[in-house]
Amino acid sequence: MIPKLVRTCLLAVLLAFAGGAIAIDSEDAFDDPVLQERYENINRELRCLVCQNQTIADSNATLAQDLRREVRDMIAAGQTDAQIREFMIERYGDFVLYRPRMTAGNFLLWAAPVLLLVIGALVLVRVVRRRAQETDLEPDGPEAGQS
Amino acid sequence: MLKFIVPFGLFALLAVFLMVGLFRDPSYVPSPLIGKPAPEFALPSLQDAAYPVSSKELLGQPWVLNVWGTWCGGCRQEHDTLLAIARARTVPIVGLNWKDDNALAQQWLRELGNPYAVVAEDREGRVAIDWGVYGAPETFLIGPDGVVLFKHIAPMTMEVWNTEFLPRIEAARAAAGSKS
Repeated sequence: MIPKLVRTCLLAVLLAFAGGAIAIDSEDAFDDPVLQERYENINRELRCLVCQNQTIADSNATLAQDLRREVRDMIAAGQTDAQIREFMIERYGDFVLYRPRMTAGNFLLWAAPVLLLVIGALVLVRVVRRRAQETDLEPDGPEAGQS
Repeated sequence: MLKFIVPFGLFALLAVFLMVGLFRDPSYVPSPLIGKPAPEFALPSLQDAAYPVSSKELLGQPWVLNVWGTWCGGCRQEHDTLLAIARARTVPIVGLNWKDDNALAQQWLRELGNPYAVVAEDREGRVAIDWGVYGAPETFLIGPDGVVLFKHIAPMTMEVWNTEFLPRIEAARAAAGSKS
């Protein structure tokens, strides 16, 4: 027998996560499950520009609805995912993508983790070498430092 | 000495970046359309569905596209400014009535005055998507060659018009004049 309080809390937690289970669209856009999956995947990658921290799959803003309609029509017309993404970038810029592309403008951002790792490694090597030299001197005794 | 200058320099650099970031508007999305040919459209006129409004007819002169709707508070706010700009007759202002109710939109123009040379009705919002519109009011400046020169996202003010639009209109006219 689960205590009442625990049951209430459990229900609250489950309900809190239930939002993810509710799709914004009231019904599937496609009968074909493959197309439906493509539709949902693309929607999850596109930013709703009115409500900027949501994808168009999450948002019920009119612009998000219009963009979903656009995605649906383009899939139905046989366009590829890349073509649909290109369509959105041409109109709204790279910001519309939740997974940004690497471009000349943001190359530094992409390279930064590797760059910082290399710099860190160089600093580490230098520090270790210096310490090694310092310890090498130690067997000579404290007089070595005094001379 | 270097031991202090390097970390301090890095900190100062980071501080400058963060400082600049503080004063930027994260809701502003730069338009990829600037410098590119304006998307073409052919839509029914708001006042007379039988009369088409085509972007092709506007070639050869600088013009302004103002995206608005009666549901949009900022559009009400900028309306008097648009009327003042229209009175100066510098360039035609073309209205794009975005996802609106036709009767309400016509009533709005009757009651508040009509700054537009012509209003295209984009009931489905497809033309707005072509133009990368995401929040009304938005105002575009298009050059005589049909290239988008500037985009202003927010209610139009006289200051924005005088500092951002007028100089570009004059420059576009001068460039078009020297070519012909």
